[in-house]
Amino acid sequence: MKIAVCIKRVPEMDVRFKIAPGGMGVDETGLKWDMSDFDGYAVEAALQMTEKLGTGEVVVISLGPDAAQETLRKALSMGATRAVHLKADRIPFDNFAIAKALAAELQGGGYDLILFGKMAIDSSNGAVGPMTAELLGVPCVTAVSRLEVANGKGNARRELEGAAELVEFPLPAAVTIDEGVARPRYPSLKGIMAAKKKPLEVKPAQLGDVRLTVTTMALPPERPAGRIIGEGVAAVPELIRLLQTEAKVL
Amino acid sequence: MANHVLAFAESRGGALRKVAFEAATAARVLADAAGGEVHAVVAGAPGIAGEAEALGRYGADAVAVVEHPAFANYNAEALSALVAERVKSGGYRAVVFVASAQGKDLAPRVAARLGVPLAADLTTVKLEGDTVVGSHPVNTGKVIATVALVAVPAVVSLRPGAVTAAEQPRSARLESAAPVGDPAASRVRVTETIAGNTAKLDLGDAPVIVSGGRGLKAAENFKLVEELAAAFGNAAVGATRAVTDDGWRPHSDQIGQTGRQVSPNLYVAVGISGAIQHLAGMRTSKTIVAINKDREAPIFKIADYGIVGDVLEVVPALTAAVREAKGSH
Repeated sequence: MKIAVCIKRVPEMDVRFKIAPGGMGVDETGLKWDMSDFDGYAVEAALQMTEKLGTGEVVVISLGPDAAQETLRKALSMGATRAVHLKADRIPFDNFAIAKALAAELQGGGYDLILFGKMAIDSSNGAVGPMTAELLGVPCVTAVSRLEVANGKGNARRELEGAAELVEFPLPAAVTIDEGVARPRYPSLKGIMAAKKKPLEVKPAQLGDVRLTVTTMALPPERPAGRIIGEGVAAVPELIRLLQTEAKVL
Repeated sequence: MANHVLAFAESRGGALRKVAFEAATAARVLADAAGGEVHAVVAGAPGIAGEAEALGRYGADAVAVVEHPAFANYNAEALSALVAERVKSGGYRAVVFVASAQGKDLAPRVAARLGVPLAADLTTVKLEGDTVVGSHPVNTGKVIATVALVAVPAVVSLRPGAVTAAEQPRSARLESAAPVGDPAASRVRVTETIAGNTAKLDLGDAPVIVSGGRGLKAAENFKLVEELAAAFGNAAVGATRAVTDDGWRPHSDQIGQTGRQVSPNLYVAVGISGAIQHLAGMRTSKTIVAINKDREAPIFKIADYGIVGDVLEVVPALTAAVREAKGSH
């Protein structure tokens, strides 16, 4: 079983973001960075599958500037076999350009399974996985919360709006991972030491034309400050009055 | 030639969904700017044709209907082949999806087949000269990016509820169209559909959401949330991650950074402290009500109307009051 996992380095989200001078992006001063949440689930799912089979290879791939190698090393320290860094000055916002670069790397790689997080937690597009699958011509299943593979076939559970579906598909295939599959493990000290010696190959990313860009970034308008209208059951009539006359939702 | 805009009209269980009319409305805005027509495409099991005319009310000049038994359930491969082929043969300026569960899956596939990027999950969209410009929340909604898309066709998906479906009646030309390839030959096969609360409103469609957190103390107290939702009559029930992790509610009910992102007219947070991961999923709601015993809970910082109190006492009283208010209209 040969599995590729495409991962992205993103800022940690539990901060108050500031906009950089010029308004083109987020001020990166003081931000901490990590593997995108759903990509962590994807790496974990890949590791568990190869561990269960007792054989196989997990190749992690990340596109971006040199700092992407930190994220690749983290995946290696979790247990991935080797890493490929598709080097670019910056990560473009154009999801099709990224998909093309990933597909160029994945094509002919002999992968049984190609995993993605269901979306990057920063750019929140959720497009690169299914686009890469289309470019490679392989079946694609998105937003998967349970995944099993055996005998050249995959079985997955997809979370839909208020429902779920179970699907079956032939390998090779691309799958985008929702949480629920498996909580990502923390790298062990032994894993961190071992990761330093694992192969990490650097290649230029073949991005092509970029036709989707971010022109400005801004903070959303602040909600008016919250208001406590009262305490306990006694406040209910006032709430009803406000919902009817002020918010006009009742 | 390339002035027309294609709207993907989503259906489920033989009926159009609300998001289909949102797609038509957004497509109308782009088509008016481009000086073209809105063409909608709808696919479903035989019988879906009866739904097509409704799209004319929301601004579609023409509707292509594709009926096939293999479209009874969402069929990603056959739908992406169908929509991409119609776009190629029709020479469209833009293609509009809504980023529902279906749209999130379908839109990138169609864009890739057309060899163009996808401007995904937009909250606004307009055509400025040669460029489609939209707003897209990033970093869990803490930052709003303005994105510019110069590709033709411009493929976009809109956040559910971001566009209010607006009636602009036309008598749409109806066309019966054939699928592309064999829709029954998809490589991904659905072996079982596990229905959630099919009788209830979906979180993405509901104008009111009543949502519960750990402050309810026990799974059985969630019935208070359900009763309040029932009193509103047009409400769906949501939950925090803590609650779905504990198995009080199904995973699909989770609202937050890693669950559903919702923007109802009214969001009632019951026993929810307001962790940032939860706020990321509901902070764009138009009106927020919070009931919590802890006056310092972060939810009160964004709640338009907060009540400090025991949810086990306040919620039944509110349910009774809402019932009465609804009854008096």
